[in-house]
Amino acid sequence: MDSSNAAGTSNGGSGDGDPAAAARRNTKMPKYSKFTQQELPACKPILTPKWVVSVFFLVGVIFVPVGVVSLLAARDVVEIIDRYDDACVPVNMTDNKLGYIQNETISKECTRTLTVTKDMKQPIFVYYQLDNFYQNHRRYVKSRNDAQLRDYKKANQTTSCEPERTTADGKPIVPCGLIAWSLFNDTYIFNRGNENLTVDKKDISWKSDREHKFAKNVYPSNFQNGGLIGGAKLDSSIPLSDQEDLIVWMRTAALPTFRKLYGRIYVDLKENDTITVKLDNNYNTYSFGGKKKLVLSTATWLGGKNDFLGFAYLIVGGLCIFLAFAFTLLYVIKPRKLGDHNYLSWNRHPAGR
Amino acid sequence: MARTGGRKRDRLRWSKLYTFSCFRTPSTDEAAGPSATNGSAVGGPGFSRIVHCNNSILHRRKPLKYPTNYISTTKYNVLTFLPKAIFEQFRRVANLYFLLTAILSLTPVCPFSPVSMIAPLAFVVGLSMIKEALEDWRRFMQDMKVNNRKVSVHKGDGEFGYRHWEDLCVGDVVRVEKDQFFPADLLLLSSSYEDGICYVETMNLDGETNLKLKRSLEVTLPLEEDDLFKDFRGVIRCEDPNPSLYTFVGNLEYERQVYALDPFQILLRDSKLRNTSFIYGVVIFTGHDSKVMQNSTESPSKRSRIEKKMDMIIYVLFTVLVLISLISSIGFAVRIKLDLPRWWYLQPQNSNKLDDPSRPALSGIFHLITALILYGYLIPISLYVSIEVVKVAQAHFINQDLHMFDEETGNTAQARTSNLNEELGQVHTILSDKTGTLTCNQMDFLKCSIAGVSYGVRSSEVERAAAKQMASGAADHDIHVEDVWENNEDEIQLVEGVTFSVGKTQKSSIKGFSFEDDRLMHGNWTNEPNSSTVLLFFRILALCHTAIPEVNEATGALTYEAESPDEGAFLVAAREFGFEFFKRTQSSVFIREKHTSNGPTEREFKILNLLEFNSKRKRMTVILKDEDNRIVLLCKGADTIIFDRLAKNGRLYEPDTTRHLNEYGEAGLRTLALSYRVLEESEYASWNAEFLQAKTSIGPDRELQLERVADLIEKELILVGATAVEDKLQTGVPQCIDRLAQAGLKIWVLTGDKMETAINIGYACSLLRQGMKRISLSTTAGDQVAQDAQKAAKESLMLQIANGSQMVKLEKDPDAAFALIIDGKALTFALEDDMKHMFLNLAIECASVICCRVSPRQKALVTRLVKEGLGKTTLAIGDGANDVGMIQEADIGVGISGVEGMQAVMASDFSISQFRFLERLLVVHGHWCYKRIAQMICYFFYKNITFGLTIFYFEAFAGFSGQSVYDDWFMLLFNVVLTSLPVISLGVFEQDVSSEICLQFPALYQQGPNNLFFDWYRILGWMGNGLYSSLAIFFLNICIFYDQAIRSGGQTSDMASVGTTMFSCIIWAVNIQIALTMSHFTWIQHLFVWGSIGTWYVFIILYGTALKSRDNYQIMLEVLGPAPLYWAATLLVTAACNIPYLIHISYQRSCSPLDHHVIQEIKYLRKDVEDETMWKRERSKARQRTKIGFTARVDAKIKQIKGRLHKKSPSLTIHTVS
Repeated sequence: MDSSNAAGTSNGGSGDGDPAAAARRNTKMPKYSKFTQQELPACKPILTPKWVVSVFFLVGVIFVPVGVVSLLAARDVVEIIDRYDDACVPVNMTDNKLGYIQNETISKECTRTLTVTKDMKQPIFVYYQLDNFYQNHRRYVKSRNDAQLRDYKKANQTTSCEPERTTADGKPIVPCGLIAWSLFNDTYIFNRGNENLTVDKKDISWKSDREHKFAKNVYPSNFQNGGLIGGAKLDSSIPLSDQEDLIVWMRTAALPTFRKLYGRIYVDLKENDTITVKLDNNYNTYSFGGKKKLVLSTATWLGGKNDFLGFAYLIVGGLCIFLAFAFTLLYVIKPRKLGDHNYLSWNRHPAGR
Repeated sequence: MARTGGRKRDRLRWSKLYTFSCFRTPSTDEAAGPSATNGSAVGGPGFSRIVHCNNSILHRRKPLKYPTNYISTTKYNVLTFLPKAIFEQFRRVANLYFLLTAILSLTPVCPFSPVSMIAPLAFVVGLSMIKEALEDWRRFMQDMKVNNRKVSVHKGDGEFGYRHWEDLCVGDVVRVEKDQFFPADLLLLSSSYEDGICYVETMNLDGETNLKLKRSLEVTLPLEEDDLFKDFRGVIRCEDPNPSLYTFVGNLEYERQVYALDPFQILLRDSKLRNTSFIYGVVIFTGHDSKVMQNSTESPSKRSRIEKKMDMIIYVLFTVLVLISLISSIGFAVRIKLDLPRWWYLQPQNSNKLDDPSRPALSGIFHLITALILYGYLIPISLYVSIEVVKVAQAHFINQDLHMFDEETGNTAQARTSNLNEELGQVHTILSDKTGTLTCNQMDFLKCSIAGVSYGVRSSEVERAAAKQMASGAADHDIHVEDVWENNEDEIQLVEGVTFSVGKTQKSSIKGFSFEDDRLMHGNWTNEPNSSTVLLFFRILALCHTAIPEVNEATGALTYEAESPDEGAFLVAAREFGFEFFKRTQSSVFIREKHTSNGPTEREFKILNLLEFNSKRKRMTVILKDEDNRIVLLCKGADTIIFDRLAKNGRLYEPDTTRHLNEYGEAGLRTLALSYRVLEESEYASWNAEFLQAKTSIGPDRELQLERVADLIEKELILVGATAVEDKLQTGVPQCIDRLAQAGLKIWVLTGDKMETAINIGYACSLLRQGMKRISLSTTAGDQVAQDAQKAAKESLMLQIANGSQMVKLEKDPDAAFALIIDGKALTFALEDDMKHMFLNLAIECASVICCRVSPRQKALVTRLVKEGLGKTTLAIGDGANDVGMIQEADIGVGISGVEGMQAVMASDFSISQFRFLERLLVVHGHWCYKRIAQMICYFFYKNITFGLTIFYFEAFAGFSGQSVYDDWFMLLFNVVLTSLPVISLGVFEQDVSSEICLQFPALYQQGPNNLFFDWYRILGWMGNGLYSSLAIFFLNICIFYDQAIRSGGQTSDMASVGTTMFSCIIWAVNIQIALTMSHFTWIQHLFVWGSIGTWYVFIILYGTALKSRDNYQIMLEVLGPAPLYWAATLLVTAACNIPYLIHISYQRSCSPLDHHVIQEIKYLRKDVEDETMWKRERSKARQRTKIGFTARVDAKIKQIKGRLHKKSPSLTIHTVS
């Protein structure tokens, strides 16, 4: 018990000078470091008027040209959109579109004529666009199994593929799940006059998908064999890695309106060219009232025809330049000297403190 | 008063000495009387304890088995830790919510993988539990230290041996040595003193530093040697363990007789044996049964205001969460009902119950759960962890602060709980203990006035500063006092050539003596004109007291054990003047006089009577017979009391002395007037007869009788002079109080001391000053229990309060300052429900409030009153066990980790070793922590609203199906990795201004109490910012990635790429946002902010390479990286998100800058160096106008001196050197 260091309460006498005790105390002394003393060197930037104006101005100066460039790029894109879901329904079936699409005996062939509005440089991208199709529905997104697509040994792995896991007799479906099952199955054949425009369907999917996610030695099996037929059937002799339509389709879209790449046409089209499209209108969008569109489009370095980005850049950039001026004006009209002590609260409200 | 059966020994019997005192509490002999009533209770309910003395074997088995002396203050033990700690964790509503979601995540309802829900929860809970465990471990170690203290215990056959405290058992006989703590509650059997008394210091129990007398029973007196305990047996029957410190009921059965016991025989655990070589005692209550442990209350867990408000925000967010979940689930149900049957691609015919079009309501309910989990990002689980981490780091900084390290004790400041760091920045009222907190409980003899001449050139601190300021010639008051403090090493030349020596170099090494005046020192006093009076003065100092000299055996030096530190100071002074008190016998006092004509002589004075000091009499008197057989009465006391009793011819020095007393009082010194009277033999004889009669009278009016008789002799006094003692303040206390007052803090002093002392200290720490209007509240009611007396007292108090309020209200002068002084008795009434608000209203009008004679409980009650009445943050600071209640009650409890006594520290939230560190703790650390936490929380909400709402918007585009656009891993990492470090660095390192500026501009502190950074305006602003950002991020991205090709290769976007882009935008936006929020970038902030953005890209690349099963495979390298659109979108969205905030801060800074903005700019432009006058002036202005504190005091003093200067210009004396 170390009560020996207790000194008298109120008496005279010298203080204690025990060096050992002093040493012991000093070991408790925190070591000095800039970190623990919160004295690390720091830069303390301040929003001076100069900074404010130059930041806004700089942003504006960068954004406006970017906006102009992207707008120009978007304007360069030529796009032909043809909605055909309604037009392809025979006149007598317009009241019963569902009946039309579900009746396998009715031919789904349909011919559309497109006029090229502007010169289109190859490559021309062929898209199909669906509307009101919830590829992003949770039930839909979940319904796939990547393992079985990647590895033929894992064909039995059909977890999460509900409700399209196995055939009625319990054989695993490859590729399983709703996404694959509802594969888009309209086809297009393009002609310009008598010239057939070949649609190149190679390379429409991401390379990594073809090479790593859809294996070369996995073949479709038991696909679309059950009672319910969804969308397209797959050639079971072609490995999944070559079924690029499937690969593209399997990349679920973020929004209920989406385009997917169908193929490319490597032919330049001239203004006023007429293109005939022979299409098989197989895919059922009638039940949920979705539109189907065929899109021919060119692309620039920035992608497709999207004015929005350019406009957005212009607006933000313009706003920034405006703000730069507004703040300049503010600093001119109502200047406040930096570090003006008159603005300290005790100087501003001398009574109120 | 001789006792029967007393043995004849040479040793001094202290009790004898004190029987001269007339107002002592009755001795044990008389206590036998009421024992009959006491005894009847023994054995009844509540009084069932039986202790077999010296027979502890019996107490090791049932039925007399009592708890061991092992104490444990830990919350958990090895077994209970897991269940209990987990239970504690999930008592937090937020954690419960997260637990629920984690459990639900195991069901198919959950939109995420279970790991992403469970992992963060486990992390959070685990971290908190580790913290709990560490804290408990510390408590355990503390307990072990106490439990392993050793005490000498009777082991049988008269042998004593050391044993650990924890092994002590009820019934054990222990021997406690001087300056040791009592290991348990003991029955005092005998002591080293013949008559079985001992002195006890109960500082740990009630904070009182004066020694208390305990006395053993007569019958156990012979047990004074180890051997005698061989056959000692006895049975104690007493009350059951209870927390009442001042009562004890029981009796001792010893040698077939029953003796009543009362609190005088009980030594309580954790009090200390003083001034007595050893005692023997029997253990009655052990461990948790002991009174002190029974008294210890579990410290309440405190939460800071900000955290409470944060809860409110959480509730708001929770409401939002429920709301959007409801929207989602209704949307989902509607969609399911109306649309799902048509969505053939979902095979609605094969639905399970989660999305069954035939039962939309049920599916909707299931979906509600899904949605609640999905949008759970609005309520960030990481917020709690981050705050925890930040607070621990902040606490670490507090602990490590070298400026709060006390070299003397070797203690650093300790943030004992990290919960309240930010609360330090919002304190409104400080409630302070006095002794040990403001003062060191050490008196220094500083000045005296003898025969109308003032001696002592050392000046008090107030005078020093005022003089310095005058000397520096600065006419305006705007020079900050700090400058006065900064260099007080040099001497100050005053106008007239009076030299003050200020500075530490000349500090006297003698404890208790700071007097300096060559006229009296070294025997020079004999040359003074009034040397006979001076001689008398010194004799009064050396003779009129109740102290006991003690020779230090090693050095031979004398020390004095005095009841109050004042007396100690007097005796030391007397010794230094050459009147050394060295011996006291039962009837005589011996002094050694150094400077007599014939060399050092020893004189004996016979003590005839000793009339003790008490707070009512305010004086003490000794009547003695000197060597010439003259009978002299020496009396010292409060000046008013003495002056009332002066003889006509004794008033010679009265005018001068009065003047000096006023000066001393103004300088914050404690004064006493000294006087004497020569008595005729006959006069004394007749008086003494009367006195003896009064003393032996029995009955309730005995005290009154004694008082009356004492009054008879204490008159016709002749004034000799006055003393001025400085109640040594702890270093830097006045400065600290001054600065705290300038920071706008209110300071209340709650002390157990008597009113005069408290007022003196008030003066010394500048809480009071001359010219302040004092409102004193007290009751005249004595101890009468009569109802009507109470009622009358209460009414009179009510009237006093009303008058006081009226006075304050009618005051026109804005500079007028009021001081409220209230004593404990009045306080009991004032704290009653019907009066407390009146009292509080008066109190808040007053510049300073001093409560004297308050009990620990009253301290707590006052604290509660202030806390609840004002609704502002209170801080209580104290050092003793008597402050524990107040420390626990206040919003923040600060303990002074002083020399001894850990109770206050154990109960506190912060401990510092000196009062002065409070300034830095509040003004620097508090200010920083408040801003840091406030900004951090705001930012956290912003960030999670930004993130969480984008998930919600996406739902609207995904048929409310519960699909998230982001990958699970993004969501998991968002809070844990990608955005956590910057916000933590904000919370840990942000400094709006440097610590020096915090101290120089105390007004900046007011940003905390005014809650400038966490008001609803600001919180909603941040939430609005979050809302805006979420909208900008989501819709800009949606529009950009709508349906078009995103690259020149013609590929369109898919969910993975949209999600990743959006997530990139969020990472950029929130990190740029925090960079804009910060004003202090060390390399750490740079690393964390920019590193977070970098980490995101590193992560997405690695993640994209690693997991082939996801759509994110190679998303960055193959899909987004080469797409200019992605980068363009990121840039656009980031800019769009942050422009409004940038506008806001630019505008605010240019049009209505806050104080710290301006100061930042001044510093930035180095204007403080260029324009020093401005800088100094602003520094002096940057304080709340205070009516208390040193600055106000100096101003007043300067005014006073100036006034004097005008009157009589040439002969300036600034202080008492005449």
